[in-house]
Amino acid sequence: MQKRAIFGGKTLPYLLLLPQLFVVAVFFYWPASQAVWQSFLLEDAFGLNSSFIWFENYTELFADAGYYRTMVTTAVFAIMVAGLSLSIALLFAVQADKSIRGAGVYKTLLIWPYAVAPAVAGVLWIFMFQPSLGVVAQGIRTLGIPWNPLLNGNDALILVVLASTWKQISYNFLFFLAGLQSIPRAVIEAAAIDGASRTRRFWTIILPLLSPTVFFLVVVNIVYVFFDTFGIIDAMTQGGPSKATETLVYKVFFDGRLGGNLGSSAAQSVILMIMVVALTAVQFRFIERRVAY
Amino acid sequence: MAQVELSDIRKVYPGNVEAVREVSLTVPNGSFTVLLGPSGCGKSTLLRMIAGLETITSGTCKIGERVVNDIEPAARDIAMVFQNYALYPHMSVYDNMAYGLRNRGTPKPEIEQRVREAAKLLAIEDFLARKPRALSGGQRQRVAMGRAIVREPQVFLFDEPLSNLDAKLRVTMRLEIKRLHNRLNATSIFVTHDQVEAMTLADQVVVMNAGLIEQIGAPGEVYRHPASRFVASFIGSPAMNLMPGKIVEPGVVETPGGKLAFDTARFDASGEVEVGIRPEDIHVAGSGTSGIPFAAELVEELGATRLLHGNFGATPIIVAVPASGTIYENKEVRLSIGPAAIHLFDKTTGKSLAR
Amino acid sequence: MVEHRGFSRFLPHIVLVIGVAIVAFPVYLCFVGSTHPQDIVANGQMPLTPGPLFFETYYKTLFVGSSGSTREPVATMLMNSFIMACIIALGKIAISILSAFAVVYFKFPFRMAAFWLIFITLMLPVEVRIYPTYKIASDLNLLDSYAGLTIPLIASATATLFFRQFFLTIPDELVEASKLDGAGPLRFFWDTVLPLSRTNIAALFVILFIYGWNQYLWPILITTRDDMQTIVIGIKKMIVTADALTEWNVVLATAMLAMLPPVMVVVLMQRWFVKGLVETEK
Repeated sequence: MQKRAIFGGKTLPYLLLLPQLFVVAVFFYWPASQAVWQSFLLEDAFGLNSSFIWFENYTELFADAGYYRTMVTTAVFAIMVAGLSLSIALLFAVQADKSIRGAGVYKTLLIWPYAVAPAVAGVLWIFMFQPSLGVVAQGIRTLGIPWNPLLNGNDALILVVLASTWKQISYNFLFFLAGLQSIPRAVIEAAAIDGASRTRRFWTIILPLLSPTVFFLVVVNIVYVFFDTFGIIDAMTQGGPSKATETLVYKVFFDGRLGGNLGSSAAQSVILMIMVVALTAVQFRFIERRVAY
Repeated sequence: MAQVELSDIRKVYPGNVEAVREVSLTVPNGSFTVLLGPSGCGKSTLLRMIAGLETITSGTCKIGERVVNDIEPAARDIAMVFQNYALYPHMSVYDNMAYGLRNRGTPKPEIEQRVREAAKLLAIEDFLARKPRALSGGQRQRVAMGRAIVREPQVFLFDEPLSNLDAKLRVTMRLEIKRLHNRLNATSIFVTHDQVEAMTLADQVVVMNAGLIEQIGAPGEVYRHPASRFVASFIGSPAMNLMPGKIVEPGVVETPGGKLAFDTARFDASGEVEVGIRPEDIHVAGSGTSGIPFAAELVEELGATRLLHGNFGATPIIVAVPASGTIYENKEVRLSIGPAAIHLFDKTTGKSLAR
Repeated sequence: MVEHRGFSRFLPHIVLVIGVAIVAFPVYLCFVGSTHPQDIVANGQMPLTPGPLFFETYYKTLFVGSSGSTREPVATMLMNSFIMACIIALGKIAISILSAFAVVYFKFPFRMAAFWLIFITLMLPVEVRIYPTYKIASDLNLLDSYAGLTIPLIASATATLFFRQFFLTIPDELVEASKLDGAGPLRFFWDTVLPLSRTNIAALFVILFIYGWNQYLWPILITTRDDMQTIVIGIKKMIVTADALTEWNVVLATAMLAMLPPVMVVVLMQRWFVKGLVETEK
């Protein structure tokens, strides 16, 4: 799509594009292609020697049970965070959308966690749930439930999920509220006159009309879990105990750290890239009706 | 002030879409010329080529003595009033009007003086500090005109400037534009699809269709002597009745309604033709008199006039009669149609058969 | 709207009040912890109401630094975070608005190619190309510099698309009127596009400021010197030491300070925040 009235000029448009294209070339395309290249290399720890080994890094990865475990962890993590934060956010949004006084105030009070850095969110939640000093951890133990996220993998995963969910509710809430507010009131009123009860209206009218938002948010939440939870995990568990909270991105970071296994780390990066591109493609395919690119 | 001269202008868009084909037109110095036609006829494209907003595929466009084909819009010494006003939303009314002068490096006191003068002329002095969004539609329209006036251009271009206004305001603004033109006497080219605007404003109407000029003439001229079937049906409301006809003897044409005499001094026709009769040129004669029998199936009351809808054979016919008389619904009456009311057009080309 | 009757009128309030409380609880505990002595916090004896050491702890955190290590005082980190967030936000806005302007308002060879080159970057966050990017930054001598901290994070298309969408809504007639008024492309950009983009720039700034402030992985790699640390990575480094040595009250005060600027931005500029968030995601 383009404007009808456009400017001529031979060099000016290129000059205007130059800064962005330069930054993108140096810090995006070059490193991304390097990642692909490195995924075919075997490098020693000092980066002095490297040999081209075709797909060996990939075959090794797919032969590694640890890699599958990380994938499963990431998937479980994503499903739990998306499911929890979407349901809670939808509950809040539906309540806030009802024409009640103070909706604006509730909105303000619910959206600020978006601004909290993931790593800081991690610190907040580990402080509550740390077995020896956490206020909530003590409460759980008084109830007789064993709780130790520092040693128990499941406890650790639950903790990371809770912190990630807490941070994501605000985002989902905002989009749900916008989606709900864009549903024409008349449609809901018509359903009420047609005798649909409050709950029935929600399931048969509101939720179907909200489904584009739900779909969009599911994709966004998955991407969020993939990438933005890095800080939460690093601050709370460093992927432990014994890799119970290690996500794909965390493994890329961990395996490549200090030149550890750059080839494998690069191969994982490439796999991640493919996954994200696929996710984004799905999302764009879906929204292209709304936005003509 | 200057005259605008277009010769053999063409506009071809990518994909070989020909929006304007071989148009030649002279807009005399100080005239108010209206380009009139249905949407898609190329009138706006023509105007935008004069403005320099579209490139001219071939032909030449002269403003004054200068060929402007390759001259930037800003250097053509023209001003344009846009359909949706195109006011800069972030600038005050004053700045909107002053912007073009500032870009040209006009000295500040002169800008001030010209803006004040134009504002006074248009009665928008009180709004100079306001932003466009705080103005009504009519006021915005005035600012858009003020922006053109302060430039003191050789030619004013108007691209359907009244079409965003409500009906009542449109009439007022139409009068104001007319007054303004009488006062400034500036060469103006005005694009519209509204025949009433065209008839009231123009001293020269250019009727366009499918990228071509159908007729150029004074408003009365295009109404009374349409050069083609298209012009005949486009101008006049309700539209001219058109029906097939055959010249049966010199000066007499046979229509589905009956035989009618026409003015042989005006028309030179033989064989099959297309006959045009304006609804307002048909009169109801008293019953019992000779004339074409006609029964109105439907009568539309318009206040000052009534429209009788009926048929000549299979051809639907509208007759406009004064509202003061009787209502003729479903009652057979006789119609009298004088020779002067008959227009004849070529059956295939649609051109007028006038001598 | 279908009106509520009876008890159900209060249900939304009840749900939302509980929701707000749950959401705010971790931050409340964090604040409480930051106002109690270190030993009380560390042995799990912390009460649920604020303690007496508010000023001492925050003064120490901001201007002295935690005692057990050689950490910089948090004031320095705050400054670094602020500079980083501002450079990222302003840099991204600047290069994006120019490139979007070029793509929308000019016709030139490779226009679509340039657009796609920028567009594709939307898909891949910095995390998936982290080590090669690090290597380039280090080859270019950008470690421990603001340039190294910020420029690689500027390389993304979100803002370009955002501006492009907005420019497409500016009526064509405005460009034409400008042309007739004698304005060239740069003048049109400066006199019309930029003023019209004000609210969009504000919205984008809010989002990008938060994005920049909250960066974690990249700053951890690119900064080695303590005086270049941002607050988000500084706080994490305070708790990696063995549990008993962690000065929790300082850590929690730092967490409060790390949250304060971006949360204030969201709360005070909520209108722009919502606009930016909703519109950049499309």
